[in-house]
Amino acid sequence: MSRLQRRRVLLALAAPALAVVVAFVVTSLILVVARDPVGQVWATLLTPPRPRLVVAILNGAIVYYVSAVAVAIGFRMNLFNIGVDGQYRVAAFAAAVVAGQAWLPGPLNVALGLVVAMLAGGLWAGIAGLLRIYRGVSEVISTIMLNAIATFLVAYLLRKAAVDGGGSNVVSTRPLPDASRVPGLPLVPGVSREVYGLVFLAVLVGLVYWFVLSRTRFGFDLRATGASESAAVASGVDVRRMVVTSMILSGMTAGLVGMPLLFGQDYAYGSTFQPGLGFAGIAIALLGRNHPVGIAFAALLWAYLDQQSNALQITAGVSDKLVGVIQGVIVLSVVIAYELVRRGGVALEQRRVASLLDASSGRPAEGAPA
Amino acid sequence: MRPAGRQRGACVIVGTRGASGRHASDESPAVELRGITKRFPGVVANRDVELTVRRGTVHAVVGENGAGKSTLMKILYGVQAPDEGTIAVDGTVRQLGSPSDAIAAGIGMVFQHFQLADNLTVLENVVLGAERRHGIGEAARTAIRELSAAYGLGVDPDALVATLGVGARQRVEILKVLFRGARIVILDEPTAVLVPQEVDELFDNLRGLKAEGLTVLFISHKLDEVLRVADAITVIRRGTTVAEVHPKEVSARELAELMVGSELPSPSTEESTVTDTPLLTVVDTSLDDPSGGRRLLEGIDLTVHAGEVVGIAGVEGNGQAELVEVVMGMREPTSGRILLGEQDVSSWPVRALREAGIGYVPEDRHRHGLLLEAPLWENVVLGHQTDPLYRTGPGGTLVDAAAARRETEQVVAQYDVRTPSIDVTAGSLSGGNQQKLILGREMRRSPRVLVAAHPTRGVDVGAQAAIWDHIKAARRAGLGVLLVSADLEELVGLSDTIRVILRGRLTGDFDPDTVTKEQLGAAMTGAAR
Repeated sequence: MSRLQRRRVLLALAAPALAVVVAFVVTSLILVVARDPVGQVWATLLTPPRPRLVVAILNGAIVYYVSAVAVAIGFRMNLFNIGVDGQYRVAAFAAAVVAGQAWLPGPLNVALGLVVAMLAGGLWAGIAGLLRIYRGVSEVISTIMLNAIATFLVAYLLRKAAVDGGGSNVVSTRPLPDASRVPGLPLVPGVSREVYGLVFLAVLVGLVYWFVLSRTRFGFDLRATGASESAAVASGVDVRRMVVTSMILSGMTAGLVGMPLLFGQDYAYGSTFQPGLGFAGIAIALLGRNHPVGIAFAALLWAYLDQQSNALQITAGVSDKLVGVIQGVIVLSVVIAYELVRRGGVALEQRRVASLLDASSGRPAEGAPA
Repeated sequence: MRPAGRQRGACVIVGTRGASGRHASDESPAVELRGITKRFPGVVANRDVELTVRRGTVHAVVGENGAGKSTLMKILYGVQAPDEGTIAVDGTVRQLGSPSDAIAAGIGMVFQHFQLADNLTVLENVVLGAERRHGIGEAARTAIRELSAAYGLGVDPDALVATLGVGARQRVEILKVLFRGARIVILDEPTAVLVPQEVDELFDNLRGLKAEGLTVLFISHKLDEVLRVADAITVIRRGTTVAEVHPKEVSARELAELMVGSELPSPSTEESTVTDTPLLTVVDTSLDDPSGGRRLLEGIDLTVHAGEVVGIAGVEGNGQAELVEVVMGMREPTSGRILLGEQDVSSWPVRALREAGIGYVPEDRHRHGLLLEAPLWENVVLGHQTDPLYRTGPGGTLVDAAAARRETEQVVAQYDVRTPSIDVTAGSLSGGNQQKLILGREMRRSPRVLVAAHPTRGVDVGAQAAIWDHIKAARRAGLGVLLVSADLEELVGLSDTIRVILRGRLTGDFDPDTVTKEQLGAAMTGAAR
């Protein structure tokens, strides 16, 4: 049994490792073809980051982590929620507007903001869930459309909710009161930048995700539906309700993506609020195999590459867009590597079980493929 | 010619030489399979298959679902490679690595589920992917007209596929295959989707193909149809060819016996344990076809008493699957009532029915019974997520993994599931062991009623006997069983009452102690009318 589990862990680690190695090789080839200094590029990317950058990496990873968990909730159910990007922007805007009113004092206002964000994100994603079960619209299509709608809706509403920016071009909601700002944590010594106080929120999201999926009956039903919808139906799972519920849960989690930024850095939702976090979340969830710990490592790797890219232009004279290429290649290779490792693992286990049993007794069964 | 593989059962075995008088006997056969064996992990799908198809004949391959027909045809069409054995086409041994290889060798396949684009014309559908043969314009249109005329297919190249009926669509599929130069046409269960008149038309078309010297391989389990159209019949059972017979010298009953086999240990019935307590009652239940065809179920009346096994016999596709889905709550009947004990459960969802004590052994264990990539212990919980045994924590919202593992150890030990551990995935077990796991997880929850669809299909003989024993033991303890099966041996051996389902209606009512297989076979094919 322990041997079996060891093998499973090894297989689980083999795929991401393989993908990163392939990405390394492919990127090197691209550099060689483009006549860029291969050695210099890797030397720059692999230089240990300075403390100031370490904080930036951690902060980036915190936001990525929440986004990737939101995507992973859908993945576990065989739903592809591409709409995390729209959901977190709608949610962050709603939370910023409500929290900006300062109806409640200090920390309560923060809690209210989080609740509003989750409601807004859940509602926005729920639309896709309802469309899917009542009208058979693929959630891939509807969430992409909802992303576009979110962009324009938020831009439109932002005009209405905007306060005078004092002559600047930046349009933003009313800033949070000072008492509702979540102070950062001085985790890295020697720098003034601090890690988002809402890092605990990301940890909590990860813990809840792990617990609900692996320990609860709801999580069992969700995983069963993702593994085989037909078997789940026969076992008594109401798949339609499951689709809506998991879509809403994914959206509620997506709603939290912007919260560390809102309460720890920007203190308002404006036209400069960080975009694109939802799409990065898809890649990170894939790389992290939808596993709460795997996603954490994937988020750190993503944020690390993001931050290290800044130095490329200066030290190696190579565009920082190269990091986007590396990230893209990692995702492509990871998808292929997982499928290869998965198939290999399945065949390996089938053969091993068959041979163990053959050795103990009798011939294999006959008939159609099992 | 060598007689087919292993011959079991008493039946006329004849060669087909002379069956088609059109061709000289020294001509090499259109298709010759020798010693084809295909293994999947833990299972042998095909073993020592021998098949010789003479040119210019309609050759039928018959066998139950799961007997290995489809794997064999996939091998012949290059979708899967055999582990052993050779394939010769027109006397030349070929390696068919892909369907393109098969097409190049002159083999074409018409699948059971049509592969046509509704919004394109016949011409567009036919040339799609074969543009190189005659282009996409007038030359292709002419070629289609010529083929259609030559084989009497009556296909208009400019008709929109969406406007065509099922029979016409099938002719388009056949034309597609001919357009690609096929001389050997495989038809997989071609009559499954047709109404009787369309079947007659299809058979006329097949005779037309034969008259032009083409070879047709016809896969089916509808015996009366096979006897009508085939020049030679090969029977497959449990993965291997068991006999090759001549349609003129064999009856439907003899064929049915060959298909289901008669050498299996007969599950002898014991004294009756039937009580007069009705457990499951289906009252005048009907189910409409959502796509608007003939009703899938029509006025079904049936009662399962405590301690009784009610067997449903029938040829695949006559409404058995729908009956099971309606009883299990996976489909809502159009009309009628279903009672569990005294309670009307017609509109209950699956979960409520399972909680109320209906155990379920599904027909397709891979699609409906198991999570193949999940460990055994999770599969034992599947279907019983809400059972108190597996619930723990506040409000029973958590899964008690420890209890599930203990229960799985019990299932494995008690039901003789051969596995090295309860942590291996369900997909790595052989079919028989998967089935024993499913039966064990259902039976150990002490159901009141067990709905078992083909419980021993694709299962080795040992596991089959074990499954029969478990069902009989539970029946003695007062379980009511609704048993759907295509295996007459199983039906006769286990059932207290046998009902026959034909075209969505329950037609016959037989006592297994006195019924003969001939009578059942006749009722199943509708020959008893």
